[in-house]
Amino acid sequence: MEIRIKHAALAAALLLGASAAQAQLKIAYIDPLSGSFANVGEAGLKHFQAMAEEINAKGGINGQKVEIVGFDNKVSPQEALNQLKRVIDDGIRFITQGNSSAVAGALIEAVNRHNERNPGKEILYLNYAAVDPAFTNDKCSFWHFRFDANSDMKMEALTTWMAQNKNIRKVYLINQDYSFGQAVRKAAREMLNKKRPDIQIVGDDLHPLGKVTDFSPYVAKMKQAGADTVITGNWGQDMSLLIKAAKDAGLNADFYTYYAGGLGALPAMGESALGHVKQITEWHENVLPSSIEKWSQDFEKKYKVDFYYLRVRTAMQMFAEAARRAKSNDPKAVAYALEGLRFDTPTGEAEMRKQDHQLIQPLYLSTVQKTAAKGGPKEVKYDVEGTGFGFRTDAKLEASTSAQPTSCRMTRP
Amino acid sequence: MDFLLVQVLNSISYGLLLFMLASGLTLVFSLMGVLNFAHASFYMLGAYFAYQISRWIGFWPALVLAPLGVGALGMAVERFALRRAHRYGHVAELLFTFGLAYLIEEATHLVWGRSAVPYRVPPDLDGPLFSIMGTQYPMYRGFMMLVAVAMLVSIWLVLKKTRIGLVIQAALTHPQTVEALGHNVPRVFMLVFGGGVALAGLAGVIGGNAFITEPGMAAALGPIVFVIVVVGGMGSLGGAFIASLLIGFIQTFAVSLDWGLFGYNISQVAPVLPYLVMVLMLIVRPKGLMGTREG
Repeated sequence: MEIRIKHAALAAALLLGASAAQAQLKIAYIDPLSGSFANVGEAGLKHFQAMAEEINAKGGINGQKVEIVGFDNKVSPQEALNQLKRVIDDGIRFITQGNSSAVAGALIEAVNRHNERNPGKEILYLNYAAVDPAFTNDKCSFWHFRFDANSDMKMEALTTWMAQNKNIRKVYLINQDYSFGQAVRKAAREMLNKKRPDIQIVGDDLHPLGKVTDFSPYVAKMKQAGADTVITGNWGQDMSLLIKAAKDAGLNADFYTYYAGGLGALPAMGESALGHVKQITEWHENVLPSSIEKWSQDFEKKYKVDFYYLRVRTAMQMFAEAARRAKSNDPKAVAYALEGLRFDTPTGEAEMRKQDHQLIQPLYLSTVQKTAAKGGPKEVKYDVEGTGFGFRTDAKLEASTSAQPTSCRMTRP
Repeated sequence: MDFLLVQVLNSISYGLLLFMLASGLTLVFSLMGVLNFAHASFYMLGAYFAYQISRWIGFWPALVLAPLGVGALGMAVERFALRRAHRYGHVAELLFTFGLAYLIEEATHLVWGRSAVPYRVPPDLDGPLFSIMGTQYPMYRGFMMLVAVAMLVSIWLVLKKTRIGLVIQAALTHPQTVEALGHNVPRVFMLVFGGGVALAGLAGVIGGNAFITEPGMAAALGPIVFVIVVVGGMGSLGGAFIASLLIGFIQTFAVSLDWGLFGYNISQVAPVLPYLVMVLMLIVRPKGLMGTREG
């Protein structure tokens, strides 16, 4: 008898627990939370948590509080799929991920398969940083929404700006030898050729990912070729080491990069990046005046990390808005409401394009400068990671500039 | 021509950095038969120690203190752990150093975080040494070469011209006899292990700010050091020196030459060529360029 009572109590507790869990709207954050890239994963997680907190303070979404649950995928596609199984077992219906397109590709396929086999239990995937163009072209999915500009869009914006700069004559391409680096290289060649056929591509190197310690031989080649501009999709140490080697050899060229402002990049590059390293992003902290200036500084104080991902803020706000419009927290209803949703962000209007689920938003080209406090230009108010260096906007590229045609043929449930 | 000269200098300076790393590894191997998988981790520790010390009291003290600190840590590792593992044979030692590499990496995560730390070249050495037709040659690279050559000469002097060197060499081949003559062979081993990792630490002090000081730096250079030791011949200091320069030249010139091969550009595979050399060496001449041991 006693045992039965215990069982009943346990069952009741479980039921209570379950119903309490159902009152939460959970979003699974599947990104690296251990290993070499854990710092990047943790910074992203903080962005999402801050947004959940803000949404909850305003009453949540359709009466439910939002909770972000971290799942560690160690930047491995295989591990990401294991985590996705756990997510499904836990009954979580929304996932988000950003680091590595290899992981994103695996997740998109797995989500498609799951949703096909489990009608009524669909999962919705919010991609905040994986930029392989295929995800909104050939491999597009109704269940996937991308809030970062894909790599072709960033290259379109970069080359549009470069085309107006008559000082650019000789361009050197250097990229990591894997799908992303190859996509950057291909897009750069095609777009430059179209917009400025007079620009010479004087070099085009691919090197293995993360295997080069000494970039000085590459820099000597750039010098030899007379390059005045370098385009690179390199990230992490592959970018920092390249920039340092260029400075040591006194290479007088501008570097157009994707990830110069990424976590850890400026502390590693330091002075060597000053004045000639540029990045293309949807935002940096010196996009001023800004309606979120105070907000982003408060974020930095509270979470001890720079506010880097404006797109995470946009993603969460648009997600909440779509759910409100759908009057439902069901993934399918939210997905339909997200399609074609227009939204006012601090940098201008963004649109979640219906054809391919790609967010079309303004982008900024910016250059590393000293902060005003250290004698740099007055626009550079905030630095990156306490380095004394920040970004200054060269140009704002309106949303329409970077929009690309898509080959996506979406099948809708 | 100038391009060639610049690339030759780049090859030599990179080769010499590799030698600084490989010399300690090959020294420890030749004397103790221990293939230290954690060697590159001590290189990383050298860089982090130097970063910390240079923040407190400057780069020049760090140049001396950081390798000493790494060496002391190495001696402690040998005295309290490796010596015990030694009783269970080479496999136990190998596994021990393998685990140690992970431990050191995680420890640096805990202490210094997962991002790169801003460890910079000191202002006195920052800037061009000379310039060849517009291409600057950085002063710090010159300094790097100087330290490496000084290191090579002093190791050679210690091993060949001093009493302690004599004991070390004797302990290599006849440990029992040396012990019977009243020398403390375990202590000699401890000193050699400490000395070997201190050399890695010194390479870290120099390489950490020339490149980047971050938790991945050990993993990035670790494998290539083994290539050098294998190509040069296990336990041969002279072989390691020649192999380091060879690898430096191969990598640099593979990058600079745009030779196509079966639709691939040779510069695309430049960083993996040393491994090809290692495999070929193991097939053709397993004892390496100047090695004395067979496998």
